[in-house]
Amino acid sequence: MKWPVSLVAGAVLSVLFVVVALLSFVWTPHDVATLAIADKLQPPSPTYWLGTDHFGRDTLSMLMVGARTSIAVAIVAVGIGIVVGVPLGLAAAANRGSLIDEIIMRGNDLVFAFPSLVIAILITAVFGPSAVNAILAIGIFNIPVFARVTRGGALSIWTLDYILAARVAGKGKLRISVEHILPNILNLLIVQGTIQFSLGILAEAALSYIGLGAQPPTPSWGRMLAEAQTMIYTAPRLAMWPGLAIVAMVLGLNLMGDGLRDLLDPRVRRERA
Amino acid sequence: MIRCEKLSVTIGDDAILHEVSVDIAPGKVTGLVGESGSGKSMTALAIMGLLPRGGTATGRVMLGDEDLLTIPEKRLCDIRGNRIGMIFQEPMTALNPVKTIGDQVAETLFVHGKATRADARRIAAEKLERVGLPPERFPLSRFPHELSGGQRQRVAIAMAIALSPELLIADEPTTALDVTTQAQILDLLKRLVAEEGMSLLLITHDLAVVAGMADHVAVMKDGEIVEAGATEPLFRRMEHPYTKRLFAASSHAPERTPLPGGEPILTARNVVRSYPGERRGLFGRADPVRAVDGVSFTLARGESLGLVGESGCGKSTLTRALLGLDAVQAGEITAFGNRVSPDIPNAMRAGIQVVFQDPYGSFNPRWRVERLVAEPFHLMADPPTDRRARVAEVLKDVGIDPAGMDRYIHEFSGGQRQRIAIARALITKPDLIVLDEAVSALDVSIRAQILDLIAKLQAEHGLSYIFISHDLSVVRAVTDRVMVMQAGRIVETGETQAVFDAPEHPYTRQLLAATPTIPEDWQETHDA
Repeated sequence: MKWPVSLVAGAVLSVLFVVVALLSFVWTPHDVATLAIADKLQPPSPTYWLGTDHFGRDTLSMLMVGARTSIAVAIVAVGIGIVVGVPLGLAAAANRGSLIDEIIMRGNDLVFAFPSLVIAILITAVFGPSAVNAILAIGIFNIPVFARVTRGGALSIWTLDYILAARVAGKGKLRISVEHILPNILNLLIVQGTIQFSLGILAEAALSYIGLGAQPPTPSWGRMLAEAQTMIYTAPRLAMWPGLAIVAMVLGLNLMGDGLRDLLDPRVRRERA
Repeated sequence: MIRCEKLSVTIGDDAILHEVSVDIAPGKVTGLVGESGSGKSMTALAIMGLLPRGGTATGRVMLGDEDLLTIPEKRLCDIRGNRIGMIFQEPMTALNPVKTIGDQVAETLFVHGKATRADARRIAAEKLERVGLPPERFPLSRFPHELSGGQRQRVAIAMAIALSPELLIADEPTTALDVTTQAQILDLLKRLVAEEGMSLLLITHDLAVVAGMADHVAVMKDGEIVEAGATEPLFRRMEHPYTKRLFAASSHAPERTPLPGGEPILTARNVVRSYPGERRGLFGRADPVRAVDGVSFTLARGESLGLVGESGCGKSTLTRALLGLDAVQAGEITAFGNRVSPDIPNAMRAGIQVVFQDPYGSFNPRWRVERLVAEPFHLMADPPTDRRARVAEVLKDVGIDPAGMDRYIHEFSGGQRQRIAIARALITKPDLIVLDEAVSALDVSIRAQILDLIAKLQAEHGLSYIFISHDLSVVRAVTDRVMVMQAGRIVETGETQAVFDAPEHPYTRQLLAATPTIPEDWQETHDA
């Protein structure tokens, strides 16, 4: 079988960042918590591969630990979306047209109606800026996304004969949803998951940039950007590195999401063959 | 007028067509018959130069003195729609749902630069009238969803004949339609051929359709033409064994001895199933629609009861009520002495099982056969512990190697899947199996085998069947009694033989008259 190029490129990029983030738990070139003012604003060198910031911290080490923050926030935010959104979507599809369906879907519409980032800012402003609150704020807006994708996919499965066969076999809505529907919409969820993951990373960076995400001293790509802002003329590379990291990671995830969709969607697959 | 000479097609490394030679005479109907995968559709696509990607054709396809296989794509575009028109099986997807029927017919004229926009619309109106959609009743501004399947197929025909092509290719044009609609569409095609002097290449799996329509017939199998000739002599002689087999299979009636009528196991009394009417305005609704309207019948143990009717007559709605999936609004269904409703205990459901039409949609593609077949065990309070042994037993019963139970469903063919579907229905040892168009999607030779299997299982297990079908010949072959359903009501019921020999209700007569048949006297020669 031929693997789509975008999938391979995207997967390589994404995996690379995950490996780097995991690596940062056991090893970074320098300690990110120690300040070495004497070495501040160093250009790239064999000691500091990507240079240092205005506190003399190693940029590469900061990026590595920052990847950890970004990925952790995104994973949990997508997790919240899936854990809450998918069952809601399944319930709505199983009771199509009923009051339950209406309540769930109109509730979704309500959440969709708010500009997500602004509400996330509101939440973090009210409950205090922290990584945990950022996760919650991003996660809540993932719920309706997953609920809709799940309901849409599930509705088309519900019309198939094997669902009728399962009902003749006396199975209830819950059982059918778990045994028959869920496995058959998994591909949709995987694709949506990758896309939401990249959006989560962007949202975390945005919240941290305005100081409402991860708090110092936890390194974060968004805050690295914010701190580099004042030195954009003296040391532009300080803004460049975290910016590049965000772009590369999001690009990788989006490519992987597109590639997965091609791979898992039988219609697209047939066209490629 | 169009001549295929040693037309061969390969896709990738697979040989699809092998030296197919057909001569399509002007003003005549040429029938191309074969089962699925025989290459009959691929022949049409090759003629049109519409092979799927990776397909290459060799040989010659002569239209006049041009070889369609060698001329450039731009020239082919001129010929398609202009000199060769085509209609497809599925009228639901062959039309663009967001364009009006007038625009779609006019577009063909316009694209080929044969008419100005205004002229094109005028010609479109003429052509639609030609195919039986007069503008007074079917204005050009209608959208496809406002038409029935048969009417849509008429629009597709109007599009295909808009430029008075020399050749019309019809690929299973009536397979998705009801028998009475099929008869009308076939009549229309016949008339167009006669009046416009065009040739028709009629591709179908149905020998009876060809017998009634075609001047010449070619029988295809595995990408080759095995027999060809003028229709009547070909049917009389049937020189090739495959033609004989196909013919025998299409009129196959399994041997069955009617079981002595036992006690009634299922009764329906004045059953009514209605749906809420369509929304009118914000709060209003139209009157409820009665999909099943006062149906009563009794089914005895060991009996086969046929249920015949066209699409939309309420067959499927009735089936769902009988299976206890939907509640009835009035009347009563009783099975084994208990009332059937959506809340019946699971143990009672085990007595009634079902087999559906579509061998592809009937199974969860992510489960192995063992789990699929064993699914109805869910109905039992304490499922048997020897699950694999039980599954193996029913698989053997339906003629599937029990070793296949660890495989996924996509590894099986359509006929095998239908056997597995029957195995799933058998596993709880039910008394009644509802066969909902269970053989309609199968090729004739596979259909014959499945019918034999159904008859064999009935004899072995003393099963009762409710056999739902739109195909009267099949119902005739396998049922003891038959009910004819129209618009939610049973209009005629009786012994199958009696109803078919002397139908009383006009609708039954209409259905029987519309069913294509091969003339009796054509069959004498090889029966002997």
